[in-house]
Amino acid sequence: MAPRIGVVVFPGTNCEHDVVQAVEAAGAAGVLLWHGDDNLGSVDAVVLPGGFAHGDYLRPGALARFSPVMDAVAAFARAGGPVVGICNGFQVLTEAGLLPGALQKNGRLRFLCEPARLVVASTSSVLTSGSRVGDELTIPINHFSGNYTCDDETLRRLMDEDRVVLRYADNPNGSVDAIAGIANEAGNVVGLMPHPERASNALLGSLDGLVLLRALVGAATARAAA
Amino acid sequence: MRFRARVEVQLRPGIADPEGATIERALPALGFDGVAHVRAGRSFSFEVDAPDEGAARLTATELADRLLANPVIEQSRLELEAI
Repeated sequence: MAPRIGVVVFPGTNCEHDVVQAVEAAGAAGVLLWHGDDNLGSVDAVVLPGGFAHGDYLRPGALARFSPVMDAVAAFARAGGPVVGICNGFQVLTEAGLLPGALQKNGRLRFLCEPARLVVASTSSVLTSGSRVGDELTIPINHFSGNYTCDDETLRRLMDEDRVVLRYADNPNGSVDAIAGIANEAGNVVGLMPHPERASNALLGSLDGLVLLRALVGAATARAAA
Repeated sequence: MRFRARVEVQLRPGIADPEGATIERALPALGFDGVAHVRAGRSFSFEVDAPDEGAARLTATELADRLLANPVIEQSRLELEAI
């Protein structure tokens, strides 16, 4: 049976249907989850998709972390469940303290909507386990606050623990160390600014996102079997 | 007692502030010379019911740290007055 991947919908989320379609193309069943629910039902992985959760008021992700579903997401993550935050979802994960650092306004204050060249920096995450270090992927970015920022000590830990999973080939937003995506210590929680679901069909110009989503589906399958 | 709180949130020193930098770059064209180190920020105000100033300060500080500012990149300053 196909693993079930829950896709969380906050008020203002707008990429949930794209993500459902993409994870289904990668072999999973996509299930929409409402932010006001305090449980995840029976899913084998969770995606926090892109958009503008709670209007991005205050700061992107700042209010979403108080949605009832986030306690369930945190518990699922602590139990080793695969959790991926894409774009706004990455911002939510940092605000919720599930990933370190913060996403600041882009350097030069530009909203960026363009394909980004990425380099896989670590394969020890649920999103990159099907890649090789050094693989190049072209996946669209679409954000105003994607400028990853953290203190030196956090950056050192991320590097030492092999938790920088993706870097930009040409750092478009000023992120520290060109970071495009990071993982938690166990590798089961990943946040990234690029949108893999927008590179999951030949019609979209790139299939590179599907490589990442297939790895996630693999992790969900393993969890479903456990 | 009721207190009015004003919380000012700014990026921590050392964190790049593209908004402040952009404002600063616009100043010479407007004829403002000799203005430097522009930092952008936000200000919030709210009222707190509390038995005394210490309790109000505690509530307002916690609110600022847990919600209004992201301590990873921002710092907050609180002003409190009894009303």
